[in-house]
Amino acid sequence: MIGGLFIYNHKGEVLISRVYRDDIGRNAVDAFRVNVIHARQQVRSPVTNIARTSFFHVKRSNIWLAAVTKQNVNAAMVFEFLYKMCDVMTAYFGKISEENIKNNFVLIYELLDEILDFGYPQNSETGALKTFITQQGIKGQTKEEQSQITSQVTGQIGWRREGIKYRRNELFLDVLESVNLLMSPQGQVLSAHVSGRVVMKSYLSGMPECKFGMNDKIVIDKQGKGGTTDDPGKSGKQSIAIDDCTFHQCVRLSKFDSERSISFIPPDGEYELMRYRTTKDIILPFRVIPLVREVGRTKLEVKVVIKSNFKPSLLAQKIEVRIPTPLNTSGVQVICMKGKAKYKASENAIVWKIKRMAGMKESQISAEIELLPTNDKKKWARPPISMNFEVPFAPSGLKVRYLKVFESKLNYSDHDVIKWVRYIGRSGIYETRC
Amino acid sequence: MTDSKYFTTTKKGEIFELKAELNSDKKEKKKEAVKKVIASMTVGKDVSALFPDVVNCMQTDNLELKKLVYLYLMNYAKSQPDMAIMAVNTFVKDCEDPNPLIRALAVRTMGCIRVDKITEYLCEPLRKCLKDEDPYVRKTAAVCVAKLHDINAQLVEDQGFLDTLKDLISDSNPMVVANAVAALSEIAESHPNSNLLDLNPQTINKLLTALNECTEWGQIFILDCLANYTPRDDRESQSICERVTPRLSHANSAVVLSAVKVLMKFMEMLPKDLDYYGTLLKKLAPPLVTLLSAEPELQYVALRNINLIVQKRPEILKHEMKVFFVKYNDPIYVKLEKLDIMIRLASQANIAQVLAELKEYATEVDVDFVRKAVRAIGRCAIKVEQSAERCVSTLLDLIQTKVNYVVQEAIVVIKDIFRKYPNKYESVIATLCENLDSLDEPEARAAMIWIVGEYAERIDNADELLESFLEGFHDESTQVQLQLLTAIVKLFLKKPTETQELVQQVLSLATQDSDNPDLRDRGYIYWRLLSTDPVAAKEVVLAEKPLISEETDLIEPTLLEELICHIGTLASVYHKPPSAFVEGSRGVQHKRLPARAGSGESAESPDVGQSGPAEAPPAVIPSQGDLLGDLLNLDLAPPTATIPSVQPSMQMGAMDLLGGGLDSLMGDESDTLGGDIGGSPSMGAGLGAAPAAMPAALGSAPAVGGGLGDLFDLGGGVGMPTGAYVAPKTVWLPAMKAKGLEISGTFARRGGIIQMDLSLTNKAMSVMTDFAIQFNRNSFGLAPAGPLQVLTPLSPNQTIDVSLPLSTSGPVMKMEPLNNLQVAVKNNIDVFYFSCQYPLSLLFVEDGKMERQVFLATWKDIPNDNEAQFQIKDIHLNSDAASNKLQGSNIFTIAKRTVEGQDMLYQSVKLTNAIWVLAEMRIQTGNPNYTLSIKCRAPEVSQFVYQCYELVLKN
Repeated sequence: MIGGLFIYNHKGEVLISRVYRDDIGRNAVDAFRVNVIHARQQVRSPVTNIARTSFFHVKRSNIWLAAVTKQNVNAAMVFEFLYKMCDVMTAYFGKISEENIKNNFVLIYELLDEILDFGYPQNSETGALKTFITQQGIKGQTKEEQSQITSQVTGQIGWRREGIKYRRNELFLDVLESVNLLMSPQGQVLSAHVSGRVVMKSYLSGMPECKFGMNDKIVIDKQGKGGTTDDPGKSGKQSIAIDDCTFHQCVRLSKFDSERSISFIPPDGEYELMRYRTTKDIILPFRVIPLVREVGRTKLEVKVVIKSNFKPSLLAQKIEVRIPTPLNTSGVQVICMKGKAKYKASENAIVWKIKRMAGMKESQISAEIELLPTNDKKKWARPPISMNFEVPFAPSGLKVRYLKVFESKLNYSDHDVIKWVRYIGRSGIYETRC
Repeated sequence: MTDSKYFTTTKKGEIFELKAELNSDKKEKKKEAVKKVIASMTVGKDVSALFPDVVNCMQTDNLELKKLVYLYLMNYAKSQPDMAIMAVNTFVKDCEDPNPLIRALAVRTMGCIRVDKITEYLCEPLRKCLKDEDPYVRKTAAVCVAKLHDINAQLVEDQGFLDTLKDLISDSNPMVVANAVAALSEIAESHPNSNLLDLNPQTINKLLTALNECTEWGQIFILDCLANYTPRDDRESQSICERVTPRLSHANSAVVLSAVKVLMKFMEMLPKDLDYYGTLLKKLAPPLVTLLSAEPELQYVALRNINLIVQKRPEILKHEMKVFFVKYNDPIYVKLEKLDIMIRLASQANIAQVLAELKEYATEVDVDFVRKAVRAIGRCAIKVEQSAERCVSTLLDLIQTKVNYVVQEAIVVIKDIFRKYPNKYESVIATLCENLDSLDEPEARAAMIWIVGEYAERIDNADELLESFLEGFHDESTQVQLQLLTAIVKLFLKKPTETQELVQQVLSLATQDSDNPDLRDRGYIYWRLLSTDPVAAKEVVLAEKPLISEETDLIEPTLLEELICHIGTLASVYHKPPSAFVEGSRGVQHKRLPARAGSGESAESPDVGQSGPAEAPPAVIPSQGDLLGDLLNLDLAPPTATIPSVQPSMQMGAMDLLGGGLDSLMGDESDTLGGDIGGSPSMGAGLGAAPAAMPAALGSAPAVGGGLGDLFDLGGGVGMPTGAYVAPKTVWLPAMKAKGLEISGTFARRGGIIQMDLSLTNKAMSVMTDFAIQFNRNSFGLAPAGPLQVLTPLSPNQTIDVSLPLSTSGPVMKMEPLNNLQVAVKNNIDVFYFSCQYPLSLLFVEDGKMERQVFLATWKDIPNDNEAQFQIKDIHLNSDAASNKLQGSNIFTIAKRTVEGQDMLYQSVKLTNAIWVLAEMRIQTGNPNYTLSIKCRAPEVSQFVYQCYELVLKN
């Protein structure tokens, strides 16, 4: 299991060091600093083996988190744990920075003692941790409170405590999708997929039982066969094929596996209910058509057209097109129909920004790039043109059909809960080769 | 509120100040001081001098302060064991505290203090905590047993904690179960043979129930533990799989990977024709793909594992090529891994896309990545024959870019392409020669020199080119020097007239001016070859080379199996067994996949026939070399059972000659290839399929073998009354040729043992003694498994019958005809040579019955070009009698079909070197002529298999 956990600043100074196993010595701290943080070349692997000791590291801004072991540990688990550790720290004191870590080092040690025992990860749900790891101490607890804490930390529903009360029962569902595209210069889709997340903010009293439904093709088809759907003609078209999905640990996986229904008791507050991935029938909100012409050895002509491909009534926002330029660019002249475009020498790119754009429109930019003559034999690699945007719909076509809430012990029903649903589609890696 | 100030105190006399503060009456001040101490400890300052003062602060009801003091104790107790005792009382008291959080904290911390005296005091509190009413305390105590075991294993056993821990597996709280499982698994690892984790269907059921209820981490512990279980039968295996599959939808990637591990392992036991097997295969792909949208570090772990999974079960991800396309912003370690998997998944169906991608990658910035992309193009050419032409033209395009490292890499891979497809793409040589000057890496230079030497007759100025390299001979690396030597010798043999001077120059450079023994030796060998017998030299140096195989970096199957059992762990990331990087007894235990139910074969053998690419049919037998010379050089001392182990060195020496230094040219790749595929060094010549372990085992124990083999026969054969046919003895060595010694003999296979039955007759006037026998290298590695047992001297006119057991673990070389065997026999008079031919049925092994499914798949898989048809005339047997007769010679009938009065028998035969031969025999009632169709990956054996059929059926 994990033998020790170190946190370093960007200079390689130790901020936190907690050793769990006897086989990890103090020299391990230095070994990582010398061989990884101070190494000259770029990081070649997130797992490093130095003198039969393995180091796993992740980096958050300029902070290094490293887990050390001498055993054949579950590597996936170690990384998941490091991410979780970051989440927990963020939930406690915000951004992970040198200052925040120094300011909270006592708390961090306390957390590390709790969520990692002899290198074995223990319950690391912030909701549960916050009930008994506080900076105030837990002096004033009654016996009932204490046993409630322990049963929650070890219990089946470790992510939610009993006795939560809200005057207004409310929930927010955000369907957040990032659409990824790799397109050839000729407009052929090389690969495209949507990775989506359903994020839920729940402010519900008691221990509510929830059921979530969406236009999953498998569910809809099953219902269609039974003949119970309200509008069979329509549902067939609108359902989507989900390649794969994963759920927060509150979701009963065996029930999903057998009935494909998503039922759970949600954590309180914000959390990620599910992630999913689709590859079929994706709505690509924008199409980028590049045209690059090399005029002699010292000049390039670039023309890029973008077309929006969604309902005209909808508006896309924060549109940004990034057109890479060669390293030996000396000057750029840009003309664009809409928005603003600038050549950013430090980033070797022309950045074209448009605030808003409605569906079924098109816009174009043309640029003349002057090049310095070089004797570098190597041709310019032509990185792809990338794009950023935000659209108010789900490019996968996913629709939330219902989210039902049942709490039998308290006197509120599904109808009393105020529910909000929002769809946001963003660009993931949205690239067109040129 | 901010604690960062504690990090900044660096003034002198700090320790004294802290001491004062720690002894202060004010609680706040005390706490501040302890915080400062911890901060100093973190940055590596030695604050152990404050030990008594800090321990004094331990007795407090402030939990935060208590935790800080405990943290200090864990760090320094070991260096101050005597003083640590001061803390014991507080610990023992805390273990009785009404607050479960404090009880747990005390037992947790005590376990971390590695001082003998403290551990003694730990036992009683721990025993209580293991039975505590609060689950939080129990789950902490469970881990504490593992801690204590790490300090003092004997104590844990003596105190009976292991049994208590086992009881916790049935605890009502899932987290207690999970921690108990984790602790037990770890303890069991250091006692490989103990039956600590006594997994039986009942405990498995408990674990599976807890799996649904515990935290994500607990699920990982349980799944990793489940992976160590071996189900009793395929039904149990299926039911566990069914209960594990829902985990594939968990948000935690480690849960998913551990579930994949369990499924991959248990799947081995499911029959392949089961519907559920197919369903399971389909279910595995989506979660694996989803892992690629995790954070980059996890992607890396996932990709390293997918690399293994793709090698074990290529069918799972064969349609998912696109998800492995490299993204511009991927970290380099993700890019390199994706590239590896792309090549593994490349097939005729997707090759166009793959090539387009690879070409794109070859223009990227990162040098390593670009090199790998270029190399990948070459590997595609070798793997997918249809794409070879496209690949070559892509490589030529890349050479035109003139980017130095791209050109060099391209030349290295083109050399491999030449070796795979001889006489096809040599037209590009001219383009390659243009880039001679830009080559500065040894590997590229060596590759180019090899090309020039190999195709010297087509390159007009080959001599000039090679001469230009010769100028700086001593500055070159060994690899290049060896290659240059060989290339010039090749050139000389092809164009002797104009290159005499050159060859003399290189030979003297290599033999006289070099201090590298390899180079000198090779130089001398060439020199002597050329001076004694130029014709032989030509045969040796310009011999036809075995084709290279398609997959050059497959992980060796047994290692792959072990790694599959370690999915998700570091071993699967490093692609090394745990013993390679873990110290001590942990991880020494080798894990293996379970065998499929109902078949006695090991798990991987049914796959052998199916996974086409792993076998390289053309390379089954290395080509014929200088036989005669080899035979003469044989050391004819009476051979002993150790012969197989003596051979390798000889074999390797000979290979060098034959290949003209191919080994060095192919670099590491060919080395691992030889080692991996051949399985033993003596097979270094690249025997396609790994020889079954059986012949080797037979060779080592020939005396007992006979009896044992017979036993096996009883078990295996049901209707096998006839037994194998043994031909009558024929005269192999007439007395005229052997100074009065006449040898006649025949071959037989009895109970799995190959025997050579000899009759030695002395037709001379004097007594013969000191008999010994030796074989030349032959197609199937036949070699005497023991000495020739002629115990008494052979008097004139006496005949003696001897039976010589043979093994098939000898050195291999292709013979003409295939079943030719050259034998040398020595006695006190002289050494005599003769050759004889053995029936191939000698090599048909007892476990040659293929499963029906495998047979079907293999039959389809073997190209139709490999099918041969024969007529067997004048057989008056019905199909049952025929199949019975054939079974006696280990030709097994798998299925029989009757179509329109015609009986079709489907039969399989396995040779000792694991080559499968499949046959279809058509028998028409009333027609004495049978039609026999034979399919085999090594078509050259078909003819001889047919001879066996005829022999067996006619006698």
